[in-house]
Amino acid sequence: MTHWISRLVAAVVVRTLARTAPVLAAAVLVAAPVATQAAGGGYPLDHFPSEKLTDQAALQNGAKLFVNYCLGCHSANLMRYNRLQDLGLTDAQIKDNLLFTGTKVGDPMRIAMAPNDAKAWFGALPPDLSVTARARSSHDGSGSDWLYTYLRSYYRDATRATGWNNAVFPNVGMPHVFYELQGSRGVTIEETKRAEGQGFSKTVITFDAATGLRTEKTEKIEGGHPHEGSVIKLGPAVGGKLTQAQYDEQVADLVAFLTYVADPSAKTRMRLGVWVLIFLSLFTVLAWWLNREYWKDIR
Amino acid sequence: MAADKKIDTTGLLGWIDQRFPLTSNWKAHLSEYYAPKNLNFWYFFGSLSMLVLVIQIVTGIFLTMHYKPDAARAFESVEYIMRDVPWGWLVRYMHSTGASAFFVVVYLHMFRGLLYGSYRKPRELIWIFGCLIFLVLMGEAFFGYLLPWGQMSYWGAQVIVNLFSAIPFIGPELSVWIRGDYVVGDATLNRFFAFHVIAIPLVLLGLVAAHILALHEVGSNNPDGVEIKKLKNKDGIPLDGIPFHPYYTVHDIVGVSVFLIIFSAVIFFAPEMGGYFLEYNNFIPADPLKTPPHIAPVWYFTPYYSILRAITEEFLRWGLTPFLLVYLAVVWMSRAAALSKLIATVVVGAFVVGFLVLDAKFWGVVGMGASVMIFFALPWIDNSPAKSIRYRPDWHKGVYALFVVVFIVLGYFGVQAPSPVGERISQACTLLYFGFFLFMPWWSAMGEFKKVPERVTFAPH
Repeated sequence: MTHWISRLVAAVVVRTLARTAPVLAAAVLVAAPVATQAAGGGYPLDHFPSEKLTDQAALQNGAKLFVNYCLGCHSANLMRYNRLQDLGLTDAQIKDNLLFTGTKVGDPMRIAMAPNDAKAWFGALPPDLSVTARARSSHDGSGSDWLYTYLRSYYRDATRATGWNNAVFPNVGMPHVFYELQGSRGVTIEETKRAEGQGFSKTVITFDAATGLRTEKTEKIEGGHPHEGSVIKLGPAVGGKLTQAQYDEQVADLVAFLTYVADPSAKTRMRLGVWVLIFLSLFTVLAWWLNREYWKDIR
Repeated sequence: MAADKKIDTTGLLGWIDQRFPLTSNWKAHLSEYYAPKNLNFWYFFGSLSMLVLVIQIVTGIFLTMHYKPDAARAFESVEYIMRDVPWGWLVRYMHSTGASAFFVVVYLHMFRGLLYGSYRKPRELIWIFGCLIFLVLMGEAFFGYLLPWGQMSYWGAQVIVNLFSAIPFIGPELSVWIRGDYVVGDATLNRFFAFHVIAIPLVLLGLVAAHILALHEVGSNNPDGVEIKKLKNKDGIPLDGIPFHPYYTVHDIVGVSVFLIIFSAVIFFAPEMGGYFLEYNNFIPADPLKTPPHIAPVWYFTPYYSILRAITEEFLRWGLTPFLLVYLAVVWMSRAAALSKLIATVVVGAFVVGFLVLDAKFWGVVGMGASVMIFFALPWIDNSPAKSIRYRPDWHKGVYALFVVVFIVLGYFGVQAPSPVGERISQACTLLYFGFFLFMPWWSAMGEFKKVPERVTFAPH
């Protein structure tokens, strides 16, 4: 019996593959440029630990961090508080832990700050974060990778109005909101350029971790095979409440939450998708069988 | 009433048949429509195009119930559908994936026509209706793409509508007339919505009906390119024909279920398809003040967009002008009629002078338009004695393979940001693309053709 079934399944797989190969090839051709796309040349992105997306405790912690650290300036207008039931929270828990006074549980995650005030204070409107985790995706990495790297790449820069700058987002308007947790970092930026006349020169710019003071030193490169470009090396964080590993965990939790917010149906979608594909595979077997029976007539 | 009408059916069906040609149409188009028995893999894509059309219409109706064609609310209303409308995310992803799937199946369907010479006599009108469907489908996709009102929607529409301003004299006014404003705005969104949900779909459905009626009038071609109606049995049924229903209905169900597996895999596991089906920039609401650094159309338009970008002043002078002169020389050396030679001379002359007089941007638009319109000419430029690739010289397969590669390479560079190397490759591919069609009257007749059999080749299952 099982022998017979395995033969049937093998036959179906082979036939289906033979028939679908051109379609699959077309699909691969469509998707292939993803892999071959040249890198944008920005600061290399770290990988967001995507296992956080299925970790309910991490997502809840991310929601808490979002409400405490981000929601003062950044809205998530497309997201309703009571949707956070998806993360295993009850309406009562949401009300007690996440709501500001005067907000109802069915409201979207709005902010009280007026857009004009925001412009006056920060120079630009802090963007709504509802779909940022999708919008920041690029061929260099997912939007989650971008956010995860960005929130961990702040450094001291006394030349900026906020006193902060960022390796991923140069001249960013937002100060380092997690300063208290991460502490502050210095940076060394090495820029290699073609020197006037001939050869190459290397400029090393540093920002001090404590004061953000800028120093610059240029020297000519002798020998070797230099290339034009710049390398950013962030220094270790000092003075934070958390260790680097602990801080990375917290940021990962927050990014997991932002990723969830950008596409709240993603988990349902994938769970359902498995069943849809199982059903369709069985249906294909039946359809193939029906077709074979009918076509026996044709000589 | 229709007392003189002869009806074989009785009961309710008889009652209907007295008043409506139900049974006769069922027979004419399904149970007694005889299709060649050797149709292969490539023949799935016609019925799949119909399936995707139905998916797009049905999901589109539900999206229209919740979508707001208003510049201030459009972006938000799409996300509202994704979050607050029950099953809205599924309907939306089906529609967005359906748009790309439509082009995948239609391209494969068209390529089938190319492989087996399905556009050749007596099927020229089927091909023309098909090309019109393709044009209208491109319009439908373009209008629909503005509706999510993201950055790519907005700037894509801006770039394409601006192309019309390259038309001499009337261009600038024309583009304002199309937009209903000086920039893409609320008025544009409203009219694009009207075109997308009613005007274009009506035309599309009419053309699909005409495409199928024309097909059922002359009968399907097949991978051997043999006319099955030449050999009939004593009942007048083609020897190699089998009733569409049930044989091809059960056959197409297999194609449909495999298609649905791939379609669902995208919808449920990769609805963005790596930024090709849903572009990342489109998750940023449209901002008329912020131009994105790199604007590219969706993947299915990129081959034509590449041709648009390839046409520069330099390319007109050193690429297209010599190309057209060589073409003219070939026409003169051929055995074409004197009138054809004269017409070719006038047309090539007009182009070469036009290249000097008018802006390269205008010729880019002309090139892009021509790259799509040139498909219409296929029935009249293919002079191969054998319809099907199976009986053509082997090197013809290489020509088709080269065309496919050229099409994909053009598509690839249409997605990329402009670069000097990309420009040169796109220009070479543009010449190859047009060369494939313009020189087809000659190359398609060259080489040693194999003998086309009397009957179709078929191995019983």
